[in-house]
Amino acid sequence: MPHDHPGHDHDHGLSPSGHPFRADNDAPLTYWQRMEIAARELLIEKGIVTPAEVAAQIDAMDARSPANGAAVVARAWCDPAFKARLLSNGSDACREMGFDIGALHLVVVENTEDVHNLIVCTLCSCYPRTLLGLPPDWYKTRAYRSRAVIEPRKVLREFGVDVPDSMTVRVHDSTADMRYLVLPARPAGTDGMDETALAGLVTRDSMIGMGLPKQP
Amino acid sequence: MDSAAASFYLCGMSDTDGRRWHDMGGRDAGPVPKGEHDFALWEKRVDALMMLCSGKGFFTVDGLRRALEDMGEDAFETMTYYERWMAAVNQNLVEQGVYTLEELGTRMEEIAQRGDSYGEAQDG
Repeated sequence: MPHDHPGHDHDHGLSPSGHPFRADNDAPLTYWQRMEIAARELLIEKGIVTPAEVAAQIDAMDARSPANGAAVVARAWCDPAFKARLLSNGSDACREMGFDIGALHLVVVENTEDVHNLIVCTLCSCYPRTLLGLPPDWYKTRAYRSRAVIEPRKVLREFGVDVPDSMTVRVHDSTADMRYLVLPARPAGTDGMDETALAGLVTRDSMIGMGLPKQP
Repeated sequence: MDSAAASFYLCGMSDTDGRRWHDMGGRDAGPVPKGEHDFALWEKRVDALMMLCSGKGFFTVDGLRRALEDMGEDAFETMTYYERWMAAVNQNLVEQGVYTLEELGTRMEEIAQRGDSYGEAQDG
């Protein structure tokens, strides 16, 4: 981007989603990038995968975003019968809405006025990726994996969420086969809002338990 | 080091509580870094290869995890997430006989000749 906006401090290092661009295609080729190219080409030549399958897999990955989870949360806020099904079998209830959850067991945990739920994977990076997309970098860090289970209130405060002492904080440690999703509490003052408008209040972090929904 | 200590060490156990390095829950650590990045094409391709190869039965998520955990803590600190995934996917594919290390090495050499950037080298 040209530097032709004096005094306008837009950061040309940020992508449209507000994250720094990852240097990739025009940075020096790394050893591991060469390995990815080599493995992919060998798999294609041996007839194990096709270029179209790789492209389709990436398209599917790009299509999975927190908007999917937000739609599920908003439905649960509006439809008590759906919410009951979601809490009893998260995978099936999400499939009902047309989301491909894969083979994994999705457990939905509900935030109430007494309980705040938080999700972590202490062993690795397990995350409800089929519903929310790929996990954020911080979810995979040593600091989050180590501390979320021992001092969750402190970690939450670092992310701007102050859970009062009167509330229970419940931390859920994911496994490869069992992933969690937080059903945040519906914000006050949203009685007149429809499902689409409500979904707009549901943030990614609120479905991990590291944030709260936006206020209307 | 006696033999019990040696086998303990070789298993990659922590010397304090018998847990392996990747079992991080409850350990001391600093503030959670809040940075995020958009995934690069090559990272998404690593993810795609993992999903496709596991979907086709060449290895499972447990096979991926085994390789990641056996890589040890140094790899966790010095390599990026998808670099580690690439190493783990590769290890599983070689173990399964999908391709040999020699084929891989030869191809990686060829790729190095194609150009200095991923964009130039990504397609043969």
